[in-house]
Amino acid sequence: MRRAAVLGTGQTHHRTRRTDVSMAGLCREAIDRALADAGVGWEQIDAVVLGKAPDLFEGVMMPELFLASALGAAGKPLLRVHTAGSVGGATAIVATSLVRAGAHRRVLAVAFEKQSESNAMWALSIQPPFSAPITAGAGGYFAPHIRSYIRRFGVPGHIGALVAVKDRRNGALNPYAHLRQPEITRESVQASTMLWDPIRYDETCPSSDGACAVVIGDQQAAEASERQVAWIRATSMRTEPTFYAGKDHVNPRAGATAAAALWAAAGIKDPLDEVDVAELYVPFSWFEPMWLENVGFVGQGQGWKLVESGETALGGALPVNPSGGVLCSNPIGASGLLRFAEAAMQVMGRAGEHQVAGASTALGHAYGGGSQFFSMWVVGRNP
Amino acid sequence: MNGTAESRVAVIGFAAADVSVTTSGVETLAPVFEAALGQAGLERREIDFWCSGSSDYLAGRAFSFVNAVDAIGAVPPIAESHVEMDAAWALYEAYIKILAGEASTALVYGFGKGTAGDPARVLALQLDPYTVAPLWPDSISVAALQARLGIDAGLFSERDLAAVAAGREEASCVETLLDRPYLRMPLREHDVARVADGASAVVLAAADRVGGRRAAWISGIGHRVDPQGFGERDLTAVPSASAAAVDAGGLDGVQVAALHAPFTHQELLLRRALGLPDAVRTVAFGADAMFSAGLSRIGAAAGEVMAGRASVAAAHATAGPLLQQNLVCVLTAEVAA
Repeated sequence: MRRAAVLGTGQTHHRTRRTDVSMAGLCREAIDRALADAGVGWEQIDAVVLGKAPDLFEGVMMPELFLASALGAAGKPLLRVHTAGSVGGATAIVATSLVRAGAHRRVLAVAFEKQSESNAMWALSIQPPFSAPITAGAGGYFAPHIRSYIRRFGVPGHIGALVAVKDRRNGALNPYAHLRQPEITRESVQASTMLWDPIRYDETCPSSDGACAVVIGDQQAAEASERQVAWIRATSMRTEPTFYAGKDHVNPRAGATAAAALWAAAGIKDPLDEVDVAELYVPFSWFEPMWLENVGFVGQGQGWKLVESGETALGGALPVNPSGGVLCSNPIGASGLLRFAEAAMQVMGRAGEHQVAGASTALGHAYGGGSQFFSMWVVGRNP
Repeated sequence: MNGTAESRVAVIGFAAADVSVTTSGVETLAPVFEAALGQAGLERREIDFWCSGSSDYLAGRAFSFVNAVDAIGAVPPIAESHVEMDAAWALYEAYIKILAGEASTALVYGFGKGTAGDPARVLALQLDPYTVAPLWPDSISVAALQARLGIDAGLFSERDLAAVAAGREEASCVETLLDRPYLRMPLREHDVARVADGASAVVLAAADRVGGRRAAWISGIGHRVDPQGFGERDLTAVPSASAAAVDAGGLDGVQVAALHAPFTHQELLLRRALGLPDAVRTVAFGADAMFSAGLSRIGAAAGEVMAGRASVAAAHATAGPLLQQNLVCVLTAEVAA
């Protein structure tokens, strides 16, 4: 199989409302940083892949069409991916396939969400005839799964707060993060308002405007790069239905299957030992231990112990979400690509104050829908 | 891009429906999958990669593609992806997955219930949300601007447009059509493709999985997008279609073309942009089943090849206002050397 690598990444400053820029301006802020980071000019980009979550989040049907010029796609091939919350990851994976197929030398993957343009709760609350409603409000949907996780394994009640403190403090090291809370403590998290038992306000992702961009190149482009690239060692996507007899929202089969395929393709036998840093899609703090188990870093019921031991903090055996993760910035359509980009930044040694020392193998992970769409990649300092 | 001898992909199955029971697509897609897989001679579990195209704005809800997964039976989990585009672009993604060696077989599907709303008004929301969409120009009025420019440039007349329509519908004559009133001057009702519900599915396979099956080989696919601003291009030219045809390896030798033209004048603009000689036959489509229409063109062109009616066929898909985004796929009876 042909090799592909991340040549550079870029992202916006994430905020509740980026009223200082249009959708085009938001995307360009991320793209311009990615091109500069990659040392690549517009003329070297052969194709563009745009990902974002539902069009109703901005109120524009297929916004990549009016954004074509701003994305630098005019006159070029442009694809628009939408795979729910996993879309940011899927966007990077489609761009990777374009390079691996030999279709293009350099592809720009862009993902954004400008939630302040519309009203996400309205967009999620429409109940068309003949169709089951999507339960509006992700917290209300996912809280029972977390309760099930706690009950199944007898998990202590403070684990979610430990994750929230770690991620918000990590976010304080990330100049682009939406929420930066260096003073946050376990006590302050536990004193925050209960939203959907057991999820408290401080254990919940924000609603953000933001964008992320990644330049992916083939082997020749990677070898021509003057800076360290992140070699894409493997990608994986899996889907299962929202509901079916035997569905396990605590440990979804699609996530476990995607991870198993990923590790096999990357030649990784012991993920906890061989992976140096992981960016997991954790919109509610409790999902960190659940995903640690689902992707196979530890066995069932062991994820919370890894969290409690402090090994997922910066300096631990497996730092998780050094960027601050989805808990600190959540421009939904871009959230998955931000995970993938941070994984690349870590192995390229360009993660600034949230750099994991010596990181050479990193996981990027995203999920969406009713814990049913999963996308992942492993990137490395070496091919 | 072009398929090479060692990385060849073929269409081995196609099915379509001209109904859509609900906006979720499930009830419509299940029998379409069965028919397409039946033609391909593959079982559901033999599909390595599934990819779909649909639109939340057509369905009038967020995450409209999610329920469609229920038509697949994705337990145990499957490798799957979705584009918020006509499914012709989903086919391109699946084609790329096969070329990249990440899959050997793929099922691509598109679906839409265009009649659930008023697409001419909904499509206004594809336009620049800061400067154009607030004026809410419906898609037929926007297309009429393009038709007027074509007429003023001497590229075609209203009679030529009526002739295109007469060719699509049996038993309609140009004179009768021209007697009808304007819908949006210079467009009459016959110039606007009727919006229809629909779904379709295409099965793809890599060369080593085609075996002795009937197949239409993809010799090339290209797709490009033009800037959207109405003043940013000559609206009577379609540079993205012309470039896509070149990317697909050119249309020399094509005997039949399945064009996705939501308006009669756009079929004429496309023939010009693609350089199709008059002798090239077109496959007639009575209606525009949005978001499966482009994929169905590929399926129909493949059908022409598989039935032996053509040795080289071209399919085209369009998206966006005024033929902004275009895809061209060339299919052949013989494997390219």
